[in-house]
Amino acid sequence: MHELLEDKPGKKALLLGNEAIVRGAMEAGLAVSAAYPGTPSSEIGNSLSGIARDQSSGLYFEFSINEKVAMELTAAAAACDLRSLTCLKHVGLNVASDVLVTLAYIGVKAGMVIVCSDDPSLHSSQNEQDNRAYARLADLPMLEPSSPHEAKEMAKEAFEISETLGLPVILRTTTRTSHVRGPVEYGRLPESKKTRGLFQKDPERWVAIPTFAKPRHKVLADQMKKAERLSTSSRFNWKNGCGKTGIVASGASACYVADAIHDLNCAKDVTFLRLGFTYPHPRDLIAGFLKDMEKVLVVEELEPFQELAIKAIAQEEGLAVPIYGKDGKDGGYLPRLYEFTPQQVRNAIARLLGLDIKRSGLPDLSGLPELPRRLAGLCQGCPHAQTYGAVKEALKELDIEKDTICPTDIGCYLIGVLPPIQMGDYLICMGSSAGTAMGFSVATDRKVVSFIGDSTFFHAGIPPLINAVYHGHRFCLVIMDNSITAMTGHQPNPGTPEHDRRRVSIEQVVRGCGVKNLVKINPYKKRESIDTIKTVLAKDELSVIISEAPCVLHAKRMEGKK
Amino acid sequence: MKRIKILLTGVGGQGTLLVSRLIGEAALMEGVPVSLSEIHGMAQRGGVVESTVMLGGIEGPIISEGEADILAGFEPLETFRALKYCSTETVIITNTAQTPPLTVKIGMEAYPDTQTWFDFMKRTFPTIYACDAHELALKAGSAQAANMVLLGILMGAGLMPISSSCMMENIKTKTKLCLAAINIKAFEMGMEIASS
Repeated sequence: MHELLEDKPGKKALLLGNEAIVRGAMEAGLAVSAAYPGTPSSEIGNSLSGIARDQSSGLYFEFSINEKVAMELTAAAAACDLRSLTCLKHVGLNVASDVLVTLAYIGVKAGMVIVCSDDPSLHSSQNEQDNRAYARLADLPMLEPSSPHEAKEMAKEAFEISETLGLPVILRTTTRTSHVRGPVEYGRLPESKKTRGLFQKDPERWVAIPTFAKPRHKVLADQMKKAERLSTSSRFNWKNGCGKTGIVASGASACYVADAIHDLNCAKDVTFLRLGFTYPHPRDLIAGFLKDMEKVLVVEELEPFQELAIKAIAQEEGLAVPIYGKDGKDGGYLPRLYEFTPQQVRNAIARLLGLDIKRSGLPDLSGLPELPRRLAGLCQGCPHAQTYGAVKEALKELDIEKDTICPTDIGCYLIGVLPPIQMGDYLICMGSSAGTAMGFSVATDRKVVSFIGDSTFFHAGIPPLINAVYHGHRFCLVIMDNSITAMTGHQPNPGTPEHDRRRVSIEQVVRGCGVKNLVKINPYKKRESIDTIKTVLAKDELSVIISEAPCVLHAKRMEGKK
Repeated sequence: MKRIKILLTGVGGQGTLLVSRLIGEAALMEGVPVSLSEIHGMAQRGGVVESTVMLGGIEGPIISEGEADILAGFEPLETFRALKYCSTETVIITNTAQTPPLTVKIGMEAYPDTQTWFDFMKRTFPTIYACDAHELALKAGSAQAANMVLLGILMGAGLMPISSSCMMENIKTKTKLCLAAINIKAFEMGMEIASS
């Protein structure tokens, strides 16, 4: 049995924030789940996938082709009165945002939770967007845990809130809440749960055509008023202390504030408002809190999401209490970019209270010799390195290595941008290698060779390829097919051989898109590959090279499991 | 309860995460408030792997510069790199066996002169435990057990609010069965270094 399915209420386990969310969802009777992997959310899907293999779990889970599809699948399951969950990384929600915003209008029947993991400081992402903005954009309730145990409790309660309101609920984490491991106390698992849904047809409810969707927006607005009352009375929003200096924080920031209050020994001077149910803003709770304060500091990573709302509430209440946060007119207490360090938060609070900080002596590291970088690299024997090597050599032999533009994509192979390979000239997001190749081909007379992995091709590479066929764009798309979603931890995709799934052939997909110039190479056969690539590139037309070889790391792990 | 911030740093594949996990499990068993943080994803592909262990009721998962109580470096270059997280009171445990980064292997950059760095460390930090954990692990039976040597030093240095017996129990039950005996041996070697 999966360790997250142990029916031992009261047991304390050391869980990752992401695992705790899964436990919470299982305690809430989760029945249907789908996701596309993305760090820092990946372990949620991994755990759910492991649980679903156990038939007795009553859970359906799949790694879907992309986030949009996963959200559509889970939304419909929730419309059928089955509790559902999808999880994604912050940029994954961009992909699914088309679903999200209208799903808010039509809502759900059973609870649906959307776990969204942000990545302040870009530990493993292409940007550090603050997805709390999506809660406001779509107007959906949002919870933000600050510890693994709270993550479990919130995940569980999110389903209740979702059902009460008939709306999906966003559970937002950051890298520092998803990837923290801490003690989590298990609650009860449901004795039985529904696994077959029932869909009651009701076009006025479920079909978002203009006539029907218009009144649904009013329903959403009304439900979000109710949600505001829920957030004001939520057990996840609470005050601590009775000092005249107010501090507001949520998520990882709340942890840094709690530690700073301890380190500065200033508990008697502050009132700490800890927010976990963060949207809709708990208006009345905040208004009451502001009335008693002489000054307030809002501690939040990235955008001034709470800060601006709190300032608006103060204005409406006619309160002149100064509210500090991000770099504003008064210099700002905390930065808007990157995740916080505990020190930044402690310094901000000390400055607000006029306290001196005692610090241990620091080593003088100036004058020491510089250290070499330790860059991420492709694994030993990785087929991607072979593919890059072959393409590079082919371009060299054609004497166009320097002139060729190489858009790249999201996956292990983007490490190819770094030394020693250094191939990769342009990257925005999933699938952009294929889409942007067309722009380079239209705008320049250079040769364009794009790199994309199998999972990314399925995720977002197919529509641009069809577009390229139709409009006659000229570039070469190298599909580096290792038959697995490797970077996020070897999740399956439609090209992965799995005993219970019907594998989709990339070659057939490419041919089906209408590509005529298509070849397959084995990247380990170097000379043969180089010659093939040269022949393909000699023609000035759209071409696809499928470089097929399994991920060595995955193969090694599978070997170990045998 | 005393609050302790431990920073573990090393290279992907050295087992830093396993060590932090073992400390976490032992702390949980002995009722010591604990949280661990890990960085996953791209960093694991041959990059630097940092993790933290926070004991005694610290809520925040990361350590600011100059604030680690203990630094455990699984590779000398990474120990040097992490010195900015140390104050002059930090206890440092470090492996001396090198794992050169790719940029060094291909001749783009040079591995630093370790003597300069170690001399600096000796002048600056009062307590340093340095050993060739790789060699000791080989003596114990497997190069894979180098992380257990370092864990042994950490436990043997008398800084942890966790008993060694509990930790050993954990190593026996939570590490690979085929390595458990070797791991225990390596752990004991580390304990011995710390006490001598």
